[in-house]
Amino acid sequence: MPKELWKGNEAIAEAAVRAGLEAYFGYPITPQTEILEYLSRRMPELGRAFVQAESELGAINMVYGAACTGARVMSSSSSPGVSLMMEGLSYIAGTEIPAVLVNVMRGGPGLGNIAPAQSDYNQAVRGGGHGDYPRIVLAPASVQEAIDLMALSFDLAEKYRMIAMMILDGSVGQMMEPAEMPAMREIRRRDYEWAVNGAMNRERRILTSIYLNPLDEEKTNLRLAERWNEVKTNEVRYKEYFLDDAKYVVVGFGTAGRVALSAVREARAHGVKVGLLRPITVSPFPYEALNQLTGQVEAFLVVEMNAGQMLDDVQLAVRGRVPVEFYGRPGGVVPFHDEILDEIRRLVSGPLAVSSNPRDSWLTRMYRNLKIAVP
Amino acid sequence: MQKEIIIAGFGGQGVLFGGQVLAYAAMDNGLNVTWIPSYGPEMRGGTANCTVVIADREIGSPLVKNPPLAVALNLPSFDKYEEMLAPGGTLVVNQSMVDRAPKRNDIHVIFVPCNEIAEEIGDRRLLNMTAVGALLTALPEIKLEDLEKALENHLPEKHKKLLPKNFEALKRGFVHAQKEWDKVPA
Repeated sequence: MPKELWKGNEAIAEAAVRAGLEAYFGYPITPQTEILEYLSRRMPELGRAFVQAESELGAINMVYGAACTGARVMSSSSSPGVSLMMEGLSYIAGTEIPAVLVNVMRGGPGLGNIAPAQSDYNQAVRGGGHGDYPRIVLAPASVQEAIDLMALSFDLAEKYRMIAMMILDGSVGQMMEPAEMPAMREIRRRDYEWAVNGAMNRERRILTSIYLNPLDEEKTNLRLAERWNEVKTNEVRYKEYFLDDAKYVVVGFGTAGRVALSAVREARAHGVKVGLLRPITVSPFPYEALNQLTGQVEAFLVVEMNAGQMLDDVQLAVRGRVPVEFYGRPGGVVPFHDEILDEIRRLVSGPLAVSSNPRDSWLTRMYRNLKIAVP
Repeated sequence: MQKEIIIAGFGGQGVLFGGQVLAYAAMDNGLNVTWIPSYGPEMRGGTANCTVVIADREIGSPLVKNPPLAVALNLPSFDKYEEMLAPGGTLVVNQSMVDRAPKRNDIHVIFVPCNEIAEEIGDRRLLNMTAVGALLTALPEIKLEDLEKALENHLPEKHKKLLPKNFEALKRGFVHAQKEWDKVPA
């Protein structure tokens, strides 16, 4: 199939259609509305279900209900809208059914703004909803990757009976890039052994997230944890750039990762042995890849469009063996590559201390760089 | 090879589409390209801009602080991007909308009376195409014919009748810029 110029949000919508999306439920919010808008046209054209719900709460609970039948379903939203869906997500997780959600993240907290951000990392990766549940979180950095991961989201969600979430910042949603769409996959409604799809001539099935007996609920939690172990073993994905001889490694996901690539290339051109690790699955996180690198590198630099969230995961992997430094632009600001280049230079010129708190020193530098007074 | 371009102007001047035409041409030439708009409230009435990055390798940042190439279709954009342009870069300025000379002498500034050329061709909306045509003097990776082909290949069928005038606007802008180029101090 030839490459076409696709806008991120529309590409995600078409990729979902081609992956066999049977029903979409959503509510408009910038900067992800093009997903809903595109599907409002495309889904009826194919005789598939599209519902603009009365709210995000309505949308996620429609996803919950439809997913129980074994159909391929999804919703999409942006940060404040995803917050509204958290209760529903927890119920979906507790019921152990597959569902796919796309979060095109914007500046927060609160109503925030509509500019690109990565500040929902913790909400996505750590859970967000109540209860103890794992979830798969994918973080594309380009339009092509968003297309590829959209299909993968459905496959993983169904394989592990788990929520698969794709988190991208508003700039990937709004950006156009040449990309290749996969061929249209036929809708294959599987008769899962758990699906509630009509009990004619068979035992009735019950899908629920209620286990009144704590021992039953505990068993459910253990089952979820065991399934997560399988995901951790099989599904970690990341991309490496210039790591072979790297003495310094930048870690960044999504847009922060690709902006870091520009900085890493320029530093390389000046002879600095620096590489980049860009996690594609942020949950499961590539702990082992970072663990391996720790033996070879002098310091890590974590770059995010937030105030340091994935930073915790990198620190967990590195376990204090070498310094982990941080640079972030929160609130809807996308860093330019020269800011990251300055940070790489700072790493190289040292000295860095393992014991210092990277968030504190970053905050001090931010006030200085932005020339604003510390409150 | 990597080139970054910012196209800026008022909403309604065709800033975003101007960038898309470049993006289509780059894609059809087998290059990697990103096109990213300034989206949000400023799209409605205020200033608009888009950044296009063209490269023959995986593109890192889709945004750039100091682009080597820019198009300013109005005075606020001229003020902003004259300051931000990388040294040695080229700035195409819509002469119809500005009333001052350049301040910097370490960049090429090419003035093109975009509105007048577009009106001569018979459609004021073509002003963006005259500017994009002019930009090609500093973007040898894309030829005039590439832009024409891009329009032909990617413009929706219902707009195809507009092609000849678009071609003319691109060419007039390009020819004008080539003449100007000889005059600007490097």
